[in-house]
Amino acid sequence: MSLKPKVSDRDHIQGNSSADLTIVEYGDYQCPHCGAAHPILKEMMAELGDQIRFVFRNFPLSEMHEYARPAALAAEAAALQGKFWEMHDAIYDNQQNLSTRFYMDLAEQLNLDVDQFKSDMQKESLEEKVEGDFESGMMSGVNGTPTFFVNGQKFDGGAEDLVQMLHEN
Amino acid sequence: MLQKNDVAPDFTLYATPDQKIKLSEFKGHNVILAFYPADWSPVCSDQMALYNEMLKYFKKYDAEIMGISVDSKWCHMAFAQSRKLHFPLLADFEAKGEVAKKYGVYDDDEGECKRALFVIDKEGVIQWSYLSPTAVNPGADGIIEALENLK
Repeated sequence: MSLKPKVSDRDHIQGNSSADLTIVEYGDYQCPHCGAAHPILKEMMAELGDQIRFVFRNFPLSEMHEYARPAALAAEAAALQGKFWEMHDAIYDNQQNLSTRFYMDLAEQLNLDVDQFKSDMQKESLEEKVEGDFESGMMSGVNGTPTFFVNGQKFDGGAEDLVQMLHEN
Repeated sequence: MLQKNDVAPDFTLYATPDQKIKLSEFKGHNVILAFYPADWSPVCSDQMALYNEMLKYFKKYDAEIMGISVDSKWCHMAFAQSRKLHFPLLADFEAKGEVAKKYGVYDDDEGECKRALFVIDKEGVIQWSYLSPTAVNPGADGIIEALENLK
């Protein structure tokens, strides 16, 4: 199964944006498996970040995880102030504390303009971005979270398998 | 396993402890049948929970999704409540696996349904079917593509 649509500048990208190796994660901020994968991916990027273009796309399982979609919107709202990855990390680092109020605290801690952040979270365009990510995951064969794609092909395994694969190559 | 252009065998199965669903009552709508081995597989990779997030996309194609396993109606009820599922789970319970056998997707060794998908058109004809390895959640991309091809 292959990734649709391809990575573009509407995606959140970290690492080396011109690297030959692209890894896309479809994740849910409340999913414990994604939470467990997060430090492994952080370590992977610390070690190999200059060789990887890493992309995160939202795949909130909203019926299962009540805070997943608000968390995705919070990260997208932070992105409008240039702090997507900071919010992304902060949410995963504090996954056990997720609540509606909590995003405001994180926004303050990240020195965001909190009023702006609050109003941005209500924006329809952010809702559409999150929905668009979800839809792309659905079309690409995402069957749970996290799901990884390596250079556009679905990777059969979790974060640890991914790191192992990178080390073997 | 039944294939494209086979007529979907009709059936009547419990969807809740006091309500049955008859497939032929859905003529005029597209239907997705998702046979799966058992309720209560691990949450984040659960196929039914995944489809539960996609109902509005299925609706766009005028498609109703139904899960089918050999679990009882009471087990289905507890599972559906636990996962907040908003679509029917049908109990292929008595005679056990009878419907799965008609569709050619019964696993005799395990006594469970195989993991199989069927997309049935508005006339009740199978337009797409897919057998997944039992351990692999097949996701929804195949379903969506099949529904897209019905248009």
